[in-house]
Amino acid sequence: MSDIATDIVKVPAHADVRPPRTAALARLAAPWIALAVVFALLPLIFRSGSSLTMLSLMGIMIVFALSYNMLLGETGLLSFGHAVYYGLGGFLAVHFMNTVIYDRLPVPLFLIPIVGAFSGLVFGIIFGSVSTRRAGTAFAMISLGLGELVASSSLILRSFFGGEEGVSTNRTKLLHVFGLNFGPQIQVYYLIAAWCLVCMVAMYALRRTPFGRICNAVRENPERAQFVGYNPQAVRFIAFALAGLFAGIAGALAAINFELVNSSAVGAAQSGIVLLAAYIGGVGAFIGPVIGAIVVTWLEVMLSDITDVWQLYFGLLFIGVVMFAPNGIAGLLTMHVPLLQARTYRPLGRLALSYLIALMPALAMLAGVIAVIEMTYHRSVKASDGATISLFHLTLDTTSVTPWLAAIVLAAGGFLVFRRTWPIVGAAWHDAVLAAQAAEKRR
Amino acid sequence: MLELVTISALNGVLYGMLLFLMASGLTLIFSMMGVLNFAHASFYMLGAFFGFQISQLVGFWPAFVIAPVLVGGIGALVERYGLRHVHRHGPVAELLFTFGLAFIIEEVVQMVWGKGPADYRVPPSLDFTAFTAFSTNYPAYKMFELCTAIAIFAVLLLLLARTRVGLIIQASLTHPHMVAMLGHNVPRVFMLVFGVGTGLAAVAGVIAGPALVTQSNMAASLGPILFVVVVVGGLGSLSGAFLASLLIGLVQTFAVSINLSVADVLGGIGIPPPTGGILSDVWNVTVAQLAPIIPYLLLVLILILRPTGLLGTREH
Repeated sequence: MSDIATDIVKVPAHADVRPPRTAALARLAAPWIALAVVFALLPLIFRSGSSLTMLSLMGIMIVFALSYNMLLGETGLLSFGHAVYYGLGGFLAVHFMNTVIYDRLPVPLFLIPIVGAFSGLVFGIIFGSVSTRRAGTAFAMISLGLGELVASSSLILRSFFGGEEGVSTNRTKLLHVFGLNFGPQIQVYYLIAAWCLVCMVAMYALRRTPFGRICNAVRENPERAQFVGYNPQAVRFIAFALAGLFAGIAGALAAINFELVNSSAVGAAQSGIVLLAAYIGGVGAFIGPVIGAIVVTWLEVMLSDITDVWQLYFGLLFIGVVMFAPNGIAGLLTMHVPLLQARTYRPLGRLALSYLIALMPALAMLAGVIAVIEMTYHRSVKASDGATISLFHLTLDTTSVTPWLAAIVLAAGGFLVFRRTWPIVGAAWHDAVLAAQAAEKRR
Repeated sequence: MLELVTISALNGVLYGMLLFLMASGLTLIFSMMGVLNFAHASFYMLGAFFGFQISQLVGFWPAFVIAPVLVGGIGALVERYGLRHVHRHGPVAELLFTFGLAFIIEEVVQMVWGKGPADYRVPPSLDFTAFTAFSTNYPAYKMFELCTAIAIFAVLLLLLARTRVGLIIQASLTHPHMVAMLGHNVPRVFMLVFGVGTGLAAVAGVIAGPALVTQSNMAASLGPILFVVVVVGGLGSLSGAFLASLLIGLVQTFAVSINLSVADVLGGIGIPPPTGGILSDVWNVTVAQLAPIIPYLLLVLILILRPTGLLGTREH
């Protein structure tokens, strides 16, 4: 018996099918090494202090948005209270840092995110045990309720949450290792980048484990997952707790970056931003939330410099994505990958041309809408600053009729022409797909 | 003591009825389309601001009628040109659509009316004392709010239970395909329900605006409580929503008037509360301070004890 068994084991059934181990490993690791190089080189390209700060914020947001996507994208759990784990991770990290400083404990700064991870996991387990019993709309409402519970408590428990001003710390007072004091932003950037990379690898790996696949199964069809022998509630619970863990890391990184955490970190706005980031980027692909985090952070910083009503533009962008591109930016990009791979250049060129044709009226419509929004805002809230505003290098008099009329004509006319271009784009898309399929067959 | 109980009970019922005005629309929309309208409280806020603006132009009573009709119209348009379009992307996209809508409505309200409170006052025709209970003067406007809410509740109940329209709506809830086969335009019924539901929320906004503060954050502060009501009552159950509205209205109103903390209770039985430490506040928080989080505590409690809600039967 044992001979047969060993014989079977000895037969290299799929060993010769698979590529050698090292090659496979190298292929797996290559994108991550490339990413690490990009992370390392970015500060050499974007040297200014403000862009370094923005890069740090993007790194934090990438971790946070990816952890959010473990719920929404992977397991199908729509959470309106994910900031709870981010914020609590941040608060516990800050308190821990202050304890370390006070007691002079030998703990270096770069290990602090572990505290955030632990607290995120613990609170994920506590709140997850209550909320993951149900999925769908009920789960969404429960996450909202729990988020409000923690956000309201943060204003009551002042000694832990620090009241209005929050809890501050000093990241340079911890144990210095390798001569790093983490005073300059560049050192903090590299700390965040390193943790961001680790978390990205970990979350990507988790996605590819059997557990990650079961999460997908529970998202798609919980009954079937149950028939296969998995308990959907348990799967949701584990996914929820792990998402809490990574959100806690993001919160701790934010605490290190700002040296301050206040109650807004657990609030509904923070939960909303991560939802926006993940969804605008696209919840269907791993790269989606990464793109979303970068875009949303960039827009947040850039738009809030330009206009006071930047959140309105944010909301409009979000609605646009929900209505017309439910798979987000990543979805739009991946749609084109097979076409590009087919290398049918003429239909692709026509498709690009049709995009260009559609873009013109779309930009006109956008300009009109922006003008209406800015003028309305100026008239109703900032009327005391004078009648004129400057927009697109033009000076517009908000009290006269002409700019209003022009803006409305631009917006409405742009929309009508834009609608006319949709069939053109549709036809060009259809042709490109057919050409790509034909090219595929020929090969 | 009796005075406190009476006045608190009155205020609690009033608050509960206002909650129900919104929760009823929300529940109807949910059971019909399977969408929890995240922007429902935003329509309430729009109602308050429209009521404020229109009452400045033509007086309170016309505004009382015009504002809800306008908001209901906007709601119907949102259903027709937004939600119906998103429906094919699935329930998550629908919920996110209303989430984005809530976001936009808040920003638009801030853009048009600013962040500060609007000067929306009780109309002079209702600005008097209705009665004096013990030593508290109870304002007539609150009685007006209460009567309006109860009247609408009664009309809604009669409409749903006794009329042909109500029959079609009820049938569309459970058997939309059969109703469509019988020649009714089910999408139009959906649009109607969405319009009426948002209109009801706007009525609540118009009448609550002068009594509470009409401000651009009123939707964000009330919205979550509204969802608590719907989940605690049981998703899709109208009578559950009624029960939960009253429960939360009463509990929250009574909690505000109780000034007791854990430290007081411990002290009463002779145990000194621990002092210092990072969580020292826990002992000194009074029930009144806890009032804003009580609905959420109730939510957690209900979910542990009865996951389907008070009167809910279905798993959603």
